[in-house]
Amino acid sequence: MTSLPERTEKSLGLVIDLDTCVGCHACVVSCKEWNSAAYGAPLGDLDPYGAAPEGAFLNRVHTYEVDPGDQAPRVVHFPRSCLHCADAPCVTVCPTGASWKRAEDGIVLVNEDDCMGCGLCAWACPYGARELDPIENVMKKCTLCVDRIDNPHLPEEDRVPACVRACPAGARHFGDLADPSSAISQLSEARGGVALLPEQGTAPVNRYLPPRPKSDQIDVLGPLLTQREEEPGGFFGWLDRTLERL
Amino acid sequence: GAPDWERTELFLLFGTAEDHDSNPIKMGLGRLKERGAKVVAINPIRTGYNAVADEWVGITPGTDGLFILALVHELLRAGRIDLDYLCRWTNAPVLLDADGLFARDADGKELVRDRESGAVFPFDTPGIKPALHGTVDGLTPVFEGLAQRYLAPEHSPDAVAERCGVPVETTRRIAAELAQAAFEKSFEVKTPWTDFRGERHESFPGRPVAMHAMRGISAHSNGFQTTRALHMLQLLLGTVEAPGGFRFKPPYPKPVSAHPKPHAKVTPGKPLDGPHLGYPRGPEDLLLREDGSAARIDKAYSWDAPLAAHGMMHMVISNAHAGDPYPIDTLFLYMANMAWNSSMGTSRVIEMLTDTDADGSYKIPRIIYADAYSSEMVAFADLVFPDTTYLERHDCISLLDRPISEPDLAADAIRWPVVEPDRDVRGFQSALLDLGARLGLPGMTAEDGSPLYSDYADYITRHLRRADVGPLAGFRGDGTADGRGAPNPDQIERYKANGGFWTAEVPADGLYFKQANASYQAWAAEMGFYVSDAPEPYLFQLYAEPLRKFQRAAEGLGPNQPPDHLRARVKEAMDPLPIWYPPFEETAIDLDAYPLHAITQRPAAMYHAWGSQNAWLRQIHGENPLYIPTQLWTDLGFERGDWAWVISPHGRIKVPAAPMGALNGKTVWTWNAIGKRSGAWALDPEAPEARRGFLLNHLIHELLPAKGDGHRWANSDPVTGQAAWYDLRVRIERAESAGPQSLPDTGRQQSPVPSAPSRHTFGERSE
Amino acid sequence: MHPAPSLIVFTTLSGAGFGLMIWLGLAPMDGEIWVAAVFSLIALGLASGGLLASLAHLGRPERAWKALSQWRSSWLSREGTLAILTVGLFSLYAVLWVASGRPAPIIGGLASAAAFATVVSTAMIYASLKSIPRWHSPWTPAVFVAAALAGGALLAGQVLAALVLTAGLALIQVAAWHWGDGAFARAGSTRSTATGLTGGGDVRQLEPPHTGSNYLLREMVHVVGRRHSRRLRVIALILVAGLPLTFGLLFTVGHGLGALLVVSHLTGVVILRWLFFAEAEHVVGLYYGAR
Ligand SMILES: Nc1nc2c(c(=O)[nH]1)N[C@H]1C(S)=C(S)[C@@H](COP(=O)(O)OP(=O)(O)OC[C@H]3O[C@@H](n4cnc5c(=O)[nH]c(N)nc54)[C@H](O)[C@@H]3O)O[C@H]1N2
Ligand SMILES: Nc1nc2c(c(=O)[nH]1)N[C@H]1C(S)=C(S)[C@@H](COP(=O)(O)OP(=O)(O)OC[C@H]3O[C@@H](n4cnc5c(=O)[nH]c(N)nc54)[C@H](O)[C@@H]3O)O[C@H]1N2
Ligand code: SF4
Ligand code: SF4
Ligand code: SF4
Ligand code: SF4
Ligand code: SF4
Ligand SMILES: [Mo]
Repeated sequence: MTSLPERTEKSLGLVIDLDTCVGCHACVVSCKEWNSAAYGAPLGDLDPYGAAPEGAFLNRVHTYEVDPGDQAPRVVHFPRSCLHCADAPCVTVCPTGASWKRAEDGIVLVNEDDCMGCGLCAWACPYGARELDPIENVMKKCTLCVDRIDNPHLPEEDRVPACVRACPAGARHFGDLADPSSAISQLSEARGGVALLPEQGTAPVNRYLPPRPKSDQIDVLGPLLTQREEEPGGFFGWLDRTLERL
Repeated sequence: GAPDWERTELFLLFGTAEDHDSNPIKMGLGRLKERGAKVVAINPIRTGYNAVADEWVGITPGTDGLFILALVHELLRAGRIDLDYLCRWTNAPVLLDADGLFARDADGKELVRDRESGAVFPFDTPGIKPALHGTVDGLTPVFEGLAQRYLAPEHSPDAVAERCGVPVETTRRIAAELAQAAFEKSFEVKTPWTDFRGERHESFPGRPVAMHAMRGISAHSNGFQTTRALHMLQLLLGTVEAPGGFRFKPPYPKPVSAHPKPHAKVTPGKPLDGPHLGYPRGPEDLLLREDGSAARIDKAYSWDAPLAAHGMMHMVISNAHAGDPYPIDTLFLYMANMAWNSSMGTSRVIEMLTDTDADGSYKIPRIIYADAYSSEMVAFADLVFPDTTYLERHDCISLLDRPISEPDLAADAIRWPVVEPDRDVRGFQSALLDLGARLGLPGMTAEDGSPLYSDYADYITRHLRRADVGPLAGFRGDGTADGRGAPNPDQIERYKANGGFWTAEVPADGLYFKQANASYQAWAAEMGFYVSDAPEPYLFQLYAEPLRKFQRAAEGLGPNQPPDHLRARVKEAMDPLPIWYPPFEETAIDLDAYPLHAITQRPAAMYHAWGSQNAWLRQIHGENPLYIPTQLWTDLGFERGDWAWVISPHGRIKVPAAPMGALNGKTVWTWNAIGKRSGAWALDPEAPEARRGFLLNHLIHELLPAKGDGHRWANSDPVTGQAAWYDLRVRIERAESAGPQSLPDTGRQQSPVPSAPSRHTFGERSE
Repeated sequence: MHPAPSLIVFTTLSGAGFGLMIWLGLAPMDGEIWVAAVFSLIALGLASGGLLASLAHLGRPERAWKALSQWRSSWLSREGTLAILTVGLFSLYAVLWVASGRPAPIIGGLASAAAFATVVSTAMIYASLKSIPRWHSPWTPAVFVAAALAGGALLAGQVLAALVLTAGLALIQVAAWHWGDGAFARAGSTRSTATGLTGGGDVRQLEPPHTGSNYLLREMVHVVGRRHSRRLRVIALILVAGLPLTFGLLFTVGHGLGALLVVSHLTGVVILRWLFFAEAEHVVGLYYGAR
């Protein structure tokens, strides 16, 4: 079971647009909400109203500051969840067979009934995508919302991951990254989607679209700001001539 | 209103972190990104919406007015303004007399001068070509004074760069980009339409420049005039109500004349003589008592804040405590945590709430409060109405209040109970109706003395504001009537079946230039948006005549005049054309001692204080640091994990600190309302919110520092009374020790609510 | 990484136990039967004590048996399977030995080999994790094997071998540290590669995704002061090899001194293992602003 499939028919995953994410955490909360009433055990919280509340989440949003030195620093909101790696080390390390990768679409899942909660898969994941549930003591991770994406009981528009559906800014995209003609592959292609920690050799499926370079190039000395006061009759002279032409 | 997200090419976002329509804004920003339109964020802090902006202008707080007027200056100098738009849709051509009041005809219609004939006509005369300058018979078009004022060198980018912290080149480039987007990327929406003059147009001319502003602008003591400046900038570009520009959401636009005036005439046994909030047209509409003192406890609509259209909540406790303008016997509050995050000077307000007279009786004798949670305010109440949460009751988001409309459609909504309360609580609106009926209040009691409404749901359905106009506009009459219609007993069920909301589309030829669009106006009148039940077209007001009326009073004209100590301020602040003046607080203190601005932002994932009642959200924002500009951080020798003292003229607090680069160099900030009082909200007394969270409010004062003139001036906008939350000035020092507790420690409150369980799962295992 | 006591106890005790089995299987001591019995019991006790301790690290220990299923891909599964096999083989060996009074060399050899393989698998659980660059190297099995052999030799009273092996362990450990200190940098993972924000400029965490702690932070983002760790390294070396070598070379090692040296050595191994976890940085720390 914990051997990885040779290849998968599809590579379903997410493309996350760092140029658009406003860091609202809507995806964080909707992910936790959906996955508390869906696949497997609910995501628990310890000490929820206490001095040290702590619970399991499958998606978390960091905020980074990038200081290029020569321009104003940028702030980038960065959602982090499972990248459904092709060479998923979390799967191969699992001693019980609870972790597995679906051959048909590449989704990496945990069969919670087989999980002994050893945590080794979380160690093996370089992205911090797995968290042990503090109440059920089994490993939790992003399921790519398997119970939504081809759930015939849901309306068509809801057959995408909860986080994608919730994202108000439209910064999250879902689809088949193995199919170069899919909208999501093309988006990633066009925007130079990057793989995280490529040197880790995990071959992640998810892609992140980097913030777009900004160009401020506009010719302020050109005709846009021609000074009317220097024309005959000053500003009001210009005004009269222009009104005539209306 | 809202930007035309689908069409704009250039979007300027001023002073907004979240705003009320936060999801629509996020969706809109996403659309702009998708379309590749440029977003410019003007904000001292670069987070959230501002983080994804293509360009960030890290302006110094309180100086947006200067920056905007510099843009106006550049656009005027370059003639990059929409003269046709100004002539047709604004009061730019309206003639001013020597008093600065509008010249009007016998019907009270504003007059303009026709360029061809030289004669004056009412502004709505079809076919005339209004002049924009030149004085004839002592009458001068508004535009002439406007142009002269803003062409003056004091408004040049060079003159303001230092104060705004915005380089001259940036201001000029943004002006050029505005010009380019507005006039070189313009387009037409080919829908024929007719304006209020009866003139037919083949299309709507597009001006793809849009702007949006929020409390970063308004929560300063110069906020009203800055907002006016922004409106003027957009009018000069011809973008308001144009495709691609800023578009009103029905029931707006509305002229001032379509709004009620405020009322305060209290007669025992009778209702108030009219709505308590509204728009005064001049000094005669102020709410003053015989002796000239304020009629309202918050002093709204007094000379302190003549146009306080929202009231002045932040002054109520302070005024009641001071007995100024009068003492009160009962303070009745609903859903406002005034002992904590919505007061200026939280520690002082806590003292005021418990302060006693010499004889030991409370200065504020009785406090009644309705809250759904165990907030800080609850601890000070003599009587608490435990409310339901919004999931357990009916609510109404009405066109009569703050609707959920979008520019293309009118919309309103309800909430209905989706869970049964598991404790002894009652929806407060229903409790109010019950109280009203027990007190026999008119409007809540039937002829026979029985309650008129069984509960709030019944009230939403049956209450009428005018004939056939009620709180909800949808599914009226037999269920098919929009806007108007007899009460429909089935209305709430219809809303539920429709997902909780109702919409009505603006007619296609009424989608733009709504203020002047005959089709829109007819539709709006038919829907019942206007009290007059008739179309209310109007000119956009570059020059605000009501302001001039207050200003004249300050100049010593007319029967109603401000008290002497307020004259100069009213005269300055009530300028009918936009101005900028420095925020009040900074003119009253030693800026070398308090060189920094201190502001807050709403975190997207928290709603004020009560976001902490959500076990997941409080894991995201359980505490808040003070963000300090990196340069200052280094200069003051801060290191990771350090705490800071933040000192204002009104107090000092000790708080966790963190560095930030993408921040105006003279500004520190933190998230709003994360800090809690120990023991409040049924949280563990050692909760991070209470230990390491904090409020900036301790440092803010509702009054400006004493000037030695015997008067204390409100720390508010002098026109609207809007609280100047963001005028706060501070200095910071590195704290000798980190923690363990943010200061001031306001002590521990007892929770009337039991503490929560130690583990929490929601939902259940599915197989 | 969080230096979890259960894992420190597990690796230390089972390493010593399997190390002792290796020696007992290959070079059983002469002498009375009860000596064989006692030493076999010590070996079995250490190994199974360690294995039991490892159960404490599981969220669902009652499902531990399922870990025997994935030996084709998972080192943890291999370790578990081999450990049980080893304990079985060695028990057989010990029973036969005690019963017959003579060790059976073929079964002994097999048990030794299995014990050796178990120690290697334990090490490979860690060494296979690319996400923890310090562990991801042949030095990890080298250190584990050296520690097991040295500890086993000490326990088995193989004085000469023990002296050579403790010295060897010290040398290997120093080399492993030397290599490991630069491992994270060499692995090439940075806050830029972690976030894909490689366009230039330092990437700094402005705000964490949650203000409190979480599983990842507790489990994988452990920060240990450099000076503290240097001091512990020296102490560990002294206990693991310094004392055994000094006393072993200066005195004849009898049972009493031998026991003391075993205690010193195993205490040293405990510190080594604490450092093994505490000094190991997981790349996930990059997301939380580490490094
Ligand atoms: N998530 C969430 N949403 C909310 C609320 C909430 O609590 N949580 N509260 C609701 C309420 S009641 C309100 S009033 C709205 C408020 O909505 P916003 O006005 O968006 O709220 P603030 O967070 O106060 O944001 C003010 C912004 O102005 C900036 N700013 C401060 N001073 C200046 C200045 O001088 N110039 C400029 N250009 N910018 C400045 C600040 O950096 C900040 O980004 O939000 C509503 N929406
Ligand atoms: N420093 C600083 N201070 C500020 C601001 C700022 O930007 N900076 N912003 C100001 C602004 S714009 C605003 S609007 C205020 C907001 O300040 P508040 O209105 O005081 O803040 P809220 O947390 O929204 O909570 C109001 C109270 O309503 C209660 N409540 C919640 N739901 C219900 C309900 O269903 N029924 C009843 N009866 N009660 C309920 C909550 O428990 C809470 O006690 O803060 C102001 N204060
Ligand atoms: S991101 Fe982590 S958990 Fe997800 S497949 Fe890759 S290694 Fe496994
Ligand atoms: S925690 Fe569960 S899923 Fe992860 S490796 Fe252990 S048994 Fe497998
Ligand atoms: S795909 Fe589903 S499980 Fe994964 S992060 Fe999104 S909401 Fe969570
Ligand atoms: S919901 Fe969308 S915008 Fe909000 S944090 Fe998640 S990805 Fe970013
Ligand atoms: S809090 Fe509710 S109403 Fe406000 S933006 Fe979020 S979802 Fe919409
Ligand atoms: Mo507000």
